[in-house]
Amino acid sequence: MSDLWEYAPAPESRDIGNLKPSYRMFVDGQFVDGTGEPLKTINPATGEVLAEVGTAGTTDVDRAVKAARRAYDKVWGRMPGTERAKYLFRIARMIAERSRELAVLESLDNGKPIRESRDVDVPTASAHFFYHAGWADKLGYAGYGQDPKPLGVAGQVIPWNFPLLMAAWKIAPALACGNTVVLKPAETTPLTALVLAEICQQAELPPGVVNILPGAGDIGAAVVNHPDVNKVAFTGSTEVGKLIQANLAGSGKKLTLELGGKAANIVFEDAPLDQAVEGIVNGIFFNQGHVCCAGSRLLASESIVDELLAKLHSRISTLRVGDPLDKNTDVGAINSAEQLAKITSLVAAGEEEGAERWTSPCPLPDKGFFFAPTVFANVSQAMRIAREEIFGPVLSVLTFRTPDEAVAKANNTPYGLSAGVWTEKGSRILAITQRLRAGVVWANTFNRFDPTAPFGGYQESGFGREGGRAGLEAYLDV
Amino acid sequence: MAAPSTTTSLPPDLAEVTRDESTLRRFLHGLPGVDQVGVEQRAATLATRSIKKASKLWAIDTAISMVDLTTLEGADTPGKVRSLAAKAHRPDPDHTDTPHVAAVCVYPDLAAVAVEALRGTQIGVASVATAFPSGRSARAVKLADVADAVASGATEVDMVIDRGAFLSGRYGQVYDEIVEVKAACGDTHLKVILETGELATYDNVRMASWLALLAGGDFIKTSTGKVSPAATLPVTHVMLQAVRDWHARTGHHRGVKPAGGIRTTKDAIRYLVAVHEVAGPAWLTPNLFRFGASSLLNDLVMQRRTQLDGHYSGPDYVTVD
Amino acid sequence: MSDRLSVAKTYKLYVGGAFPRSESGRSYPVADTKGAFLANAAQASRKDARDAVVAARRAFAGWSAATAYNRGQVLYRVAELLEGRRDQFVAEVSTSEGVAARKAQSLVDASIDRWVWYAGWTDKIASVLGASNPVAGPYFSFSVPEPTGVVAVLAPQASTLLGLVSVLAPVLATGNTCVVVASQAAPLPAITLSEVLATSDVPGGVVNMLTGRTAELAPWLATHGDVNALDLTGVAATQRPELEKAAAGTVKRVLRAPATEPDWTATPDITRLRAFVEIKTVWHPVGV
Repeated sequence: MSDLWEYAPAPESRDIGNLKPSYRMFVDGQFVDGTGEPLKTINPATGEVLAEVGTAGTTDVDRAVKAARRAYDKVWGRMPGTERAKYLFRIARMIAERSRELAVLESLDNGKPIRESRDVDVPTASAHFFYHAGWADKLGYAGYGQDPKPLGVAGQVIPWNFPLLMAAWKIAPALACGNTVVLKPAETTPLTALVLAEICQQAELPPGVVNILPGAGDIGAAVVNHPDVNKVAFTGSTEVGKLIQANLAGSGKKLTLELGGKAANIVFEDAPLDQAVEGIVNGIFFNQGHVCCAGSRLLASESIVDELLAKLHSRISTLRVGDPLDKNTDVGAINSAEQLAKITSLVAAGEEEGAERWTSPCPLPDKGFFFAPTVFANVSQAMRIAREEIFGPVLSVLTFRTPDEAVAKANNTPYGLSAGVWTEKGSRILAITQRLRAGVVWANTFNRFDPTAPFGGYQESGFGREGGRAGLEAYLDV
Repeated sequence: MAAPSTTTSLPPDLAEVTRDESTLRRFLHGLPGVDQVGVEQRAATLATRSIKKASKLWAIDTAISMVDLTTLEGADTPGKVRSLAAKAHRPDPDHTDTPHVAAVCVYPDLAAVAVEALRGTQIGVASVATAFPSGRSARAVKLADVADAVASGATEVDMVIDRGAFLSGRYGQVYDEIVEVKAACGDTHLKVILETGELATYDNVRMASWLALLAGGDFIKTSTGKVSPAATLPVTHVMLQAVRDWHARTGHHRGVKPAGGIRTTKDAIRYLVAVHEVAGPAWLTPNLFRFGASSLLNDLVMQRRTQLDGHYSGPDYVTVD
Repeated sequence: MSDRLSVAKTYKLYVGGAFPRSESGRSYPVADTKGAFLANAAQASRKDARDAVVAARRAFAGWSAATAYNRGQVLYRVAELLEGRRDQFVAEVSTSEGVAARKAQSLVDASIDRWVWYAGWTDKIASVLGASNPVAGPYFSFSVPEPTGVVAVLAPQASTLLGLVSVLAPVLATGNTCVVVASQAAPLPAITLSEVLATSDVPGGVVNMLTGRTAELAPWLATHGDVNALDLTGVAATQRPELEKAAAGTVKRVLRAPATEPDWTATPDITRLRAFVEIKTVWHPVGV
């Protein structure tokens, strides 16, 4: 039936993003020109150039690491935890104060819906600083000995899917534990990290404690391979994670990796179905599916798969795909042409391999990078769409008959980042969550994040945790 | 149990459900559970929809046309009901293009007054019945109450379910009573008030919704307005899911009426967004969705003026009843 | 002069609860620190390593699912059995490491005590490493340490029993199964320990003991797709970068070790218990 009620566009004001024509790298407390070739960061929703961003060259990496080392030796490494804490509290507050600006800028640069950047990314980033601030002077209670020491200079490389939030996940614990930081944001999404640098400046964080180097993968490699970096933290693809782990072999640098995933979302016949549908939708369409812990494999009990699919199709049809700045947009733009091409090719592979494709009939904007929410039914374990991380709004539906089969299929992957379980039966929840080989298991919910809750993977999804007491280990010499 | 009087035939599997107390119980207890956190989260997320410009004006007009303008006070008089009827017919005398409301909702003893006052209009008269609001009377009394309302010319009857029976698991009793009330209504439209504030859990709201639909209720309604909490967004979500699923299984449309506590245009639009995205666009009609409200109408009228005039209006520009 | 020829022991591998010879048929002579022949030990091949990984994987489901209390009792039982064969171990450690009997005694005693120490940890480590996470929302969130999986342990070269127990017990205490490559030059205490394990309550396959050339076996274990973690303690410093690099192929957890063998008599901390666990965080809504 035709829709009686078209929602008029409700765009958040772009001006709030305070977009500047050009941005520069942040080293030793100053915004300075880098020696790299400047890059143009674009709005993936329109293809327009947003700003020119100066990038770091390899000599700048050395300069930043030296600044970080100086700051570590002379200031930050010896500063009492109580003082470090206050800087982090300041940063948390300033992120909150500038939250709408950051949300708009994030949506512009990344393509994610403003509803998500406003309600998830930015508040969680602020919460991350607030949480870790409190640890700075309480590390002796964290279970790593009475006076655990920092590692030194941390080299951090983050992805484009949660640009500000990932920066917060990396910087907050590093600083709380007494390390200094050289961070490289993703090539396609450098802007909010540079505003975070500005916030560090406003918070009067001592120069060199945080250094932000925009650039491509070669700069990331230069950061992690720099001989004076003591700790490396990387979030990104498993492929690059393996390279980094191999490159760091023998270096003695402490390493944590948060890599890809192919999470199973298991729905039993007694699940709270309507909420399961919401969880499945949130699991795979949150942030356009650009989520390493996305619930990309739906494992549904054969006895309810038809009903579940029908409900999913009608629910997904209501998802509004379009302008990320529109407050009513549920699914925004794919971050880059390159990512869109990858999604498109994997979807084609799914069709070739015989899975049954259903795509939301939602209208798509005629410019920018968009992909309509897609569900593949009749997927088997052997198909590429069941094994490879698509990192897009594409759900693969498989079925199972018994709990054992569900667990076996869920675990049948080299990844192990997250998983979901939907059932009303409490004992079954506990039994299944125990047997799932994944670092985060959401039962009757999905894609929840909190600074107090450790996050990280099993197997090829990486090692080390971010968040909670367990997350401190990555930044302490223990 | 008595056979439902609704002429609409149920698919065999649902007809089987109402065979006896135990099949009914098994069916209701077999409905999927409702996760409180999940449904509240979904309702909260959907409530962030931002409705602007033409879509807002459309929503306001639609909401006005869905109002069951209600007065259910011990102090009600024929004069009060007549003034309410006038308001129902012309919510904004300065803007005659303002839609009229769906119905006026009153106690049974004033139904005849409302019928008289609304003669010649397309506005319905809804009468509460069945010993509203508590429903704590003998069934004969409740049925007499219904008969009285119908005899007075009410076009709609808003009954209350026996929450005591429901909460103690006597589903057959609740079912039978609705069936008998429906029979007493004849062609009069029947809304079944679940009083969700007393049912306490979303699981109960879902079960009661299905119970009322199985028994032939044309609408399921959240509340009497006399119990707190009255209508809430998540409760309405659960009830919208029920009518949506009912439609999927039977092909028949049934309606939903949240009542009590909806006072502002902003609230009303959030409900409409829920109707639109949970049940579907087909439910965006007074035939399938109503607001049980009194002060809501004035806010809708005021916001309508704001939309049309391009500046904010004030309470002195809308009529007090 | 004795009028009876003693029955010499054949030192074999310990894989899946059985004592096979190397499938390769190879063996190598083991001498004491002065060069005197002690025995021929089986020289494990890559295929033995492969079989050991299969056995360890097979044993993982059961061992990791055993209750912590049960694991504690099983490890304590190992200490009991070791105590009963104390003299044999003292003799073997003494010849293997070239230390005086008194010193060997104290090493064996420390080894027994170490099993007891880790036995007591099995049902406490979750309280220390786990947590209930006070998340900002209507959810119950908790984190628990779970075993990483199959761990390849390259055991210390110098400390033949105490070093071995110090690296093995924490792996078992946290619910992992393992493939151990014993001290290359002095593997006899490790094999005798295997005999103890075989008669203890440690299920077959939970510990698999290989003897042979560490440098030859380590790369196969470092690259093996079904090995989840690698303990580099007993590997020559020169070989470690190559192994770390190989381990990256399947994102293995690698426990690096100090360049020189640590003093195993020092009281351990929980570093090794932390090394081969995965923190799993579980969320559930809180509602009625």
